[in-house]
Amino acid sequence: MSEKLLMKGNEALAEAAIRAGCKLFFGYPITPQTELAEYMAKQLPKREGMCLQAESEVAAINMIYGAASTGKRCITSTSSPGVSLMSEGISYIIGSDVPCVLVNVQRGGPGLGGIQPAQSDYNQAIRGLGHGDQHVIVLAPNSVQEMASLTGEAFDLADIYRMPCMILADGALGQMMEPVDFGAHTPREIPEKTWATNGHKNARKHNVVNSLYIAPEELEKTVLDRFERYAEIEEKEVKYDTYLTEDADIVVVAYGITARIAKTAVRMAREQGIKAGLFRPITLWPFPSKELKALAGTTKAFLSVEMNMGQMLSDVKLAIDCAKPVTHFGRTGGMIPTPDEILIHIKKAVGGDN
Amino acid sequence: MKRLLQKRITVIAGHFGCGKTNIAVNLALALAEEGKKCCLVDLDIVNPYFRSADNEKQLKEAGVRPILPEFANTNVDIPSLPKEYGSVFVTDECAVIDVGGDSDGATALGVHHQQYEACGYSMYYVYNYYRPYISDPRAAAIMLKEIEASSRMKFCGIINNSNLGVETTKEDVEASFASCDELCRLTELPLAAVTAFPENLPEGGVPIKDVTRKLF
Repeated sequence: MSEKLLMKGNEALAEAAIRAGCKLFFGYPITPQTELAEYMAKQLPKREGMCLQAESEVAAINMIYGAASTGKRCITSTSSPGVSLMSEGISYIIGSDVPCVLVNVQRGGPGLGGIQPAQSDYNQAIRGLGHGDQHVIVLAPNSVQEMASLTGEAFDLADIYRMPCMILADGALGQMMEPVDFGAHTPREIPEKTWATNGHKNARKHNVVNSLYIAPEELEKTVLDRFERYAEIEEKEVKYDTYLTEDADIVVVAYGITARIAKTAVRMAREQGIKAGLFRPITLWPFPSKELKALAGTTKAFLSVEMNMGQMLSDVKLAIDCAKPVTHFGRTGGMIPTPDEILIHIKKAVGGDN
Repeated sequence: MKRLLQKRITVIAGHFGCGKTNIAVNLALALAEEGKKCCLVDLDIVNPYFRSADNEKQLKEAGVRPILPEFANTNVDIPSLPKEYGSVFVTDECAVIDVGGDSDGATALGVHHQQYEACGYSMYYVYNYYRPYISDPRAAAIMLKEIEASSRMKFCGIINNSNLGVETTKEDVEASFASCDELCRLTELPLAAVTAFPENLPEGGVPIKDVTRKLF
């Protein structure tokens, strides 16, 4: 018999967070993410933790800021409009170098938008999660299993690099059910949190968590130091997956749920004699630019597929220095592309080359 | 399948994610196959998507009248009951009711419990050993009682639908038997059926088709 459990993506992420030692959740309900908060509300009080429903996302992210400053693992989750509200707090957290995990189970936008799945917050997550010179690590799971295993990894990365790590999921991943194995993530070694404001007991100098600097020289130095850390992350922490790319004439680039759909389309294309492959970024920041560039040497064209109007598209073009044609296919506003639709665009992309 | 369809109204309830929608749609399709006039009510006020409204086309083609909330699968995030729902209590049509998960979802039944009593119904509790925290028969029994309290209705049997989605094996189904037996003992309810996809079906089980919406 299997050791696995059948879970919704939202539940699996919540359970993985608790198993990663996260006992603090602050959030505000929003579809299609609410099962995550509900799971925390039911489980955390029974497992030596605390779940607090804040009065808004603005309050929730500031509670995270406070909790994270103590060095305790903490998490908040929301869906697209909620991230916009959290933006200021996220920037403060980045500027204070405290680790936490943020979850965006994306829905259609802009505005109040809708409750159906989308990937239209890519640019927000990668380029503008908060004001100022900043990055957060962004992980894109493509299955309920990865909703769990990448959550363990997100906590480790956040702690190792002292920064927020975002899980960028979507409504489909949050709502769908698949088997999940919680042993799949191997925890990493975490440095001691000597910076945490957890009570000095007169035994050490008191720690300060802060993002305000009086002297611009000092602020510049903190940013430069942070960007050295970012360079290390870009060097060491890139994650991606490939499927049939070795001999591919056309490489589909897709992440998250869209990568699952694109994989079926690639398989269909192969059955019809088209040499298609799939490149799936798992870290969206740092983006697997080097690995994609290497593929530009062997393939003839790229097709970027997303549930948006073409946001990762520019990262694909930048990665390969526009060495090969890159086209985009996307559905947006809560619509999910089908394998057949992607296949049509694979054919278009190879057809243009012949 | 027939053994589950003894009364005019069949109600499918249980923990969310245990496979209620799959069973409800299969039951409605079985009724239609027998040539019976029937309807399926999507009474899920909990799930925003992955619900029996996804099967509208399939149900219509099979001759089942789908009774769906007006806003299912739209961007209206408001729990609402389907406007034709009341017709279930005044026609002689067979009806399968797909209830939302947990006691929260079953609240939607409570308001009409007297009509259900008057018409006669069989309500089944769907059990899935592979769902966390209700895997334990004691927890499953508590949930069953909570659903009875919020629906103000009584279960007549348990459907063991233990599965791990597409990864389910026959051994996985068989490994759930002991816990399900314990659930039956704790609740003093009979095991109405073991349901599984044909390739995992244990002896004496009821085969069901996978009707969940496929994205890829």
